[in-house]
Amino acid sequence: MEATEIGLWGVPLAILGGAIRVSTPFIFVSLGEAITERSGRINLGLEGTLVFGAMTAYAMAVMTGSPWLGLMAAATAGLCFGLFHGWICKFPGVNDIAIGIALMLLGSGLAFFFGKPFIQPSAPDLPAIPFGGWSDIPQVQAALNVNVLFLIGAALAVFLWWAFRNTRAGLILRVVGDSSDAARAMGLDPNMVRLIATGVGGALAGIGGGYLSLYYPGSWTERISSGQGLMAVALVIFARWNPLGCFAAALLFGGAGALGPALQSVGITQGYYLFYAAPYILTLIIMIATSSPGRSLAGAPGELSITK
Amino acid sequence: MSATTRTKAVGVETIGMTMRFGAFTALDDVSVKVPAGSFHALLGENGAGKSTLVKCMMGFYHPTSGDILVDGHEVAITSPRDASALGLGMVYQHFTLVPSLTGAENLVISREKVPGIIDWRRERADLAQFMQRMPFKLPLHVKVAELAAGEKQKLEIIKQLYLGRNFLVLDEPTSVLTPGEAQEVLGLVRDMTRAGGLTVLMISHKFHEVTAFADDITVLRKGRLTGTGKVSDLSHKEMAAMMIGDQPIAALDSRAPVPVGARQVLTVKALKAPDRTGLKTINIGGLDVKSGEIVGVAGISGNGQKEFLEVLAGQRTRDGGDVLVKGSPYGASRSEARTLNVRFIPEEPLRNACAPKMTVAENMAFRTFDLNEAGKPISWIRMSAMRDYATRLVEQFKVKTASLASPISSLSGGNVQRAVLARELTGEVDLLIVSNPCFGLDFSAVAEIRARIMKARNAGAAVLLMSEDLDELLELSDRIFVMSDGALVYETPIAQASVQTIGEHMAGHH
Repeated sequence: MEATEIGLWGVPLAILGGAIRVSTPFIFVSLGEAITERSGRINLGLEGTLVFGAMTAYAMAVMTGSPWLGLMAAATAGLCFGLFHGWICKFPGVNDIAIGIALMLLGSGLAFFFGKPFIQPSAPDLPAIPFGGWSDIPQVQAALNVNVLFLIGAALAVFLWWAFRNTRAGLILRVVGDSSDAARAMGLDPNMVRLIATGVGGALAGIGGGYLSLYYPGSWTERISSGQGLMAVALVIFARWNPLGCFAAALLFGGAGALGPALQSVGITQGYYLFYAAPYILTLIIMIATSSPGRSLAGAPGELSITK
Repeated sequence: MSATTRTKAVGVETIGMTMRFGAFTALDDVSVKVPAGSFHALLGENGAGKSTLVKCMMGFYHPTSGDILVDGHEVAITSPRDASALGLGMVYQHFTLVPSLTGAENLVISREKVPGIIDWRRERADLAQFMQRMPFKLPLHVKVAELAAGEKQKLEIIKQLYLGRNFLVLDEPTSVLTPGEAQEVLGLVRDMTRAGGLTVLMISHKFHEVTAFADDITVLRKGRLTGTGKVSDLSHKEMAAMMIGDQPIAALDSRAPVPVGARQVLTVKALKAPDRTGLKTINIGGLDVKSGEIVGVAGISGNGQKEFLEVLAGQRTRDGGDVLVKGSPYGASRSEARTLNVRFIPEEPLRNACAPKMTVAENMAFRTFDLNEAGKPISWIRMSAMRDYATRLVEQFKVKTASLASPISSLSGGNVQRAVLARELTGEVDLLIVSNPCFGLDFSAVAEIRARIMKARNAGAAVLLMSEDLDELLELSDRIFVMSDGALVYETPIAQASVQTIGEHMAGHH
């Protein structure tokens, strides 16, 4: 009802708010995937990690009453999934994409199995900071109610962007991702670096899952993730493995995801389901637009199996 | 931070170096002395033991017996780390730089001790100071992937010096460089040895480079030392004799004159195609090759030759223009190649002309496996026919392979190229397109492959030869084009060709 007061302005506002709210899991998963892919591995299992993280965070928060402990549990679970992926992939002849798909199914399956008892109880939410207090308009207040994880994600993107160039760990990660031979010649162990990178990537995806169940949508259901984990992989490629690009792309995807609910809220009832598909259509369009038969992707880590 | 304080060259000597792998003796009692500040060349055919010797020196292999002296003191080198600590470094034939990192990042990360957080302002200042002492000028802020081959080679050398290594093994350092780049890099390296800051042991089989730059040579054959001496005392003929013994070298057929009115086989008109980066286009105004002539295309790598070749080979789509073979449009399909008798010898044959994991016999049958003796398509492939065919070609082209059933990737570079030549030169050949056919091959393989190409020409094939080796072009071509910045900029018949003028056009100075 109140939406009519500010009329169609509600749509861009809702998209902005939605972008901030919906993008957070994208940010964490894509930053995690960026770290993993920069090391020369691709982990498609992050979708499963995300779902399992969501379940773990929710269950832990229900049992302890602390959303932060839930988040830590999610990160730990994600770390384990990542390390498992990294460990299996070190064996010769193992394909990282196939293992990723297996782990995606395993993660979701385990989450559904262990998550059954937690569908009913409610868990405490993660805190949000109301940046919209200056305005009287409830829509503005709602849109600018920003969760701390979003801010942490933004800071993390900037930090990673800086760290890829300015720290020893960042340079080593890029060396390993670009040329195993060069890495070995420097006395580095590519498998160890990739193991750590996949582990960290998994932990971040777990945190993304925790956000899903503890803030938005804010409850544990089996349909909590609608492919965010997979879309984040596409997003990393679109962002050219650049953390700042990941952040921007996550916002874009978040905004697209918010399009459907926003149109619904201003009373458009026809065909809004089509707009729910916006993120998926966007994924397709981006993949087509950024690919080319004539040249390989600029900026792709040389050891990545999908770009080799 | 880095050990760049050591500025005096070290000398290295091996005494009675022997290396056995099981029953096979790769290196047999080899003693080599490389005094500090000298430029020493190590010559030998593929498999003569050159790389075994340097790998023993660098600590990759542990010699069965023999000693290494560094600056006159006996040392134990059990790992590359030990070699590095003694100031011994190696520049590999294949680049070991990380392509997506900048030059500066590559240098800093290869250091033994790198701080957790890199203070780029200080590092850049240090690097600038270090580069001032280097004869090479290089953009260090550019990604290595964007550097030309010559620049990468310089950066590899600089990296070794940056890491404080003053005895450098250069493994065929010019195999990926143009003549100009090779001259420049080796010239600067020699100046550094003259100044006493560097000792160089260069593996090579290019005599003119050895004569021009090295002080002394050591020659290995089949793991044995077969000759050593001052370069100034030796002729090319004597060096070749030490290298290959009394084995015969394939002689080039004398050049049959191009018959007047020879038919035009290849015609390229107004060809346009995007280059590798997609930012520039290559634009071939007009090119024709007649039956019985070799047309050479010279150029510094990265000026569009590779793209031009890819268009002719059907590996790259073209934006416009015509490619005609004997008057009919040619789109590089298998059936067109078959009816028009177009054959193709691309560079890096293992990558561009072979399925590496398939067997030698299968690879040699790529052109003919689906045809019977009469040249008609068949629906069942006969392995026995494929084997017989391959047996014949292997014998005829002297391909050395353990068996016809071995994967072709297990063959040495020269033998892969021989196998590809055998496949492509057998049967009717009207048009032969060749690119860098002798890249990285040794002396006798090079002579043989050039002789085969000349023979095909004399038999009436039109040959388009792209090469980064100007000597090769001058030796084989009837006419030479120069390609620069995606276009053919200069044409000369061989009789009037001068290296000077061609070089200037290659560099784009006209």
